[in-house]
Amino acid sequence: MKPLILWSDMLIYLLVFALCIFFLRLRRDPQTREHWRQVLSTRLGMVTMTIILVYVGVALLDSLHFRRALEPVAGSPSGEVFYNNKVTSVLDLMLGGMGDRFERTYSAPFALDSFEKQDMKDDVGHTYRDFPPLEHAGGHLSHPGERWGDVLTRSATALLWGVLFSVLLIAPQWLLLRRSPFPWHASWMTQAVVICLSVWLVNISRYYHVLGTDLGGADVAYQSIKGIRTGVLLGTLATLIMLPIAVSLGVMAGYFKGWVDDVVQYLYTTLSSIPGILLIAASVLLFQVYIDLNPDFFTVGLEKADARFLALCFILGVTSWSSLCRLIRAETLKISQLGYVQAAHAFGVSHQRILVRHILPNVTHIILITFVLDFSALVLAEAVLSYIGVGIDPSMASWGNMINGARSELSREPIVWWTLSGAFFFMFVLVLAANLFSDLVRDAFDPRSTTASVAA
Amino acid sequence: MFAYIIRRLIYAIPILIGVNLLTFMLFFVVNSPDDMAVSQLGQKYVTPAAIEAWKHKNGYDLPLFYNAQEQGSHTVTETIFFTKSVKLFAFDFGRSESGRDITTDVSTRMWPSLAVALPTFVVGIWVNICVALMVVMFHATRLDRWAVFVFVALMSISYLFYIIGGQYLVAKTWKLVPISGFNGDIQPWKFLLLPVLVGVIAGIGSGARWYRTLFLEESNQDYVRTARAKGASEIRILFRHILPNALIPILTGVVVVIPTLFMGGLLIESFFGIPGLGSYMLDAINSQDFAIVRAMVFIGSILYIIGLILTDISYTWADPRLRLD
Repeated sequence: MKPLILWSDMLIYLLVFALCIFFLRLRRDPQTREHWRQVLSTRLGMVTMTIILVYVGVALLDSLHFRRALEPVAGSPSGEVFYNNKVTSVLDLMLGGMGDRFERTYSAPFALDSFEKQDMKDDVGHTYRDFPPLEHAGGHLSHPGERWGDVLTRSATALLWGVLFSVLLIAPQWLLLRRSPFPWHASWMTQAVVICLSVWLVNISRYYHVLGTDLGGADVAYQSIKGIRTGVLLGTLATLIMLPIAVSLGVMAGYFKGWVDDVVQYLYTTLSSIPGILLIAASVLLFQVYIDLNPDFFTVGLEKADARFLALCFILGVTSWSSLCRLIRAETLKISQLGYVQAAHAFGVSHQRILVRHILPNVTHIILITFVLDFSALVLAEAVLSYIGVGIDPSMASWGNMINGARSELSREPIVWWTLSGAFFFMFVLVLAANLFSDLVRDAFDPRSTTASVAA
Repeated sequence: MFAYIIRRLIYAIPILIGVNLLTFMLFFVVNSPDDMAVSQLGQKYVTPAAIEAWKHKNGYDLPLFYNAQEQGSHTVTETIFFTKSVKLFAFDFGRSESGRDITTDVSTRMWPSLAVALPTFVVGIWVNICVALMVVMFHATRLDRWAVFVFVALMSISYLFYIIGGQYLVAKTWKLVPISGFNGDIQPWKFLLLPVLVGVIAGIGSGARWYRTLFLEESNQDYVRTARAKGASEIRILFRHILPNALIPILTGVVVVIPTLFMGGLLIESFFGIPGLGSYMLDAINSQDFAIVRAMVFIGSILYIIGLILTDISYTWADPRLRLD
């Protein structure tokens, strides 16, 4: 085994590290703690936070890549080890080879036969046309009629295991947190559901394709899970890239005013007047040309896809900083009129120190709200961009690519619905959780919002 | 007022120059015309001669900014920057890489785009206001909370899902309208019905949620309390007091979108086969036709700037206390 660190892997772990430090620092501030307490004291806040953390966890596990060593071929020099060109992640191991069970082409969920007829030969050599049985589904059954009974018994055992795992995982939490005033039970319920579902999925997937297979014969459930990393990373990395530009320019424009303000305003008006999707498309196309012309930079195919992915994050970040910049500029204009900033001036505190100590801490709530709000928008945008053909590299698993690949099959009869459903479902859960969570965060942190939202 | 508009128009010039320079940098400095030739010709058939021929055919064989081989004013005009970028200001978009006249294409494709986008816009606003009003009527009840939850859920569904679902349900299963296509002469409403419907439904989540907060903000104002104190019924307060006042931020907020309606929707048009500017752009992106993308970027920014100016004007029209000078 040889670890392979992609640029995006490195960035996402760096980001998680930075966020941890950020939150630890914020903990010291009593007001921020009060805000978070407000978010987490609702059941909805607990549930959505748990779901988001599950998605992030899956994305992080999927970001630990390595290449398997190939079996030494007879006759080759013994000391040398060759590595598989296919990159595996820790998540692939945990899913138990779900991604390695390829079929020939489409097959429906829990199907035993392929979706398309094919020429086959019977025992005596006659050619006939029928649905060929799948390679990795239902091979253990002696008779096709046993299928649903088998699915039921296996589901029952898998669920039992799931409940056992849930109890094992939740019991220590219960011991630690049972006196906590927060509604942890909501989080525990969510955790239990997620654990049961994933244990069930991994178990059943060894015998059936739970969500069927796609055109290339890949397991749809596996593809949808692999799409999590792409969605989560895009949503976080793009915002991360945009934050320094937006914050520094916005704060400087609002604080120094004068020509700095004019320049910054000119910059963001110009950028936002270009239709976003066209700017993104143009930039991605140009970058693609660059990748195509320099193929030597990348050793594995995934690295090429990763470079394009990072470029997309970068482009999305650069094109979307203007709204945050505008908000921060307005807030800084307001803050720099306040008494304590004036007092700091009078004491002769340097500009740099005023910016860092007095202004930045007072715009963090805007940054946080934007970060959470943009996340879901970016996940949705990924699907659209991939559909247009300027999104994620087609070789990388993503929900947009799945939708793009499946939409032409809707005209088929009977309809191939499972690829679309898989992608839409996983995307919907993440975006819904993020949207509901961002509502709560905004209600808690935004001093202006007085209207209580969904807090049910 | 008039002087203000003139001044805003003059302010728009540096922004357009900026857009122009930016696209020029993107298309010609980051990627040289040679790179574009390679990607247009395909990797396999690239010879230096083929690249030169492609560049000559499309007018990319000139220097970027300064042509030392020419005389007088031609040193500036016979350059890529002048022929490809400066001419956009005169609305001379030149020809696409496949040789079609972009100006003609744009002016014919504008109308189908508008035919879809305008009804979607108008009906969308109307539906969103109605839904939001209904929810506000039940403010602070269980129904209100659930409605907000449904709005957020609707927002969380990918736009692609609305389109695919609409096509599958309305056109394929119920066979009410054609799945896609467009015909301006024979029963155009038949082809427009589904795209408009999908566009409106997809917008309900975010639209109605936003209008609901606007209505609620208005309902906290003093004049509402006064009206209540005077004994006006809740229905009367909602329709006679809150609605007209909340319409101001709604209308001024959406004005910026109106000019860009000409651009149409990328996804809607490509899924429903409407020959508008949205599908034009998408085709250009897919065939890597940089000339069209460049022209559309320019048109899009002009429309956006017009939208900004219209927004400012609509503020003074809606709120006489504002003066623009």
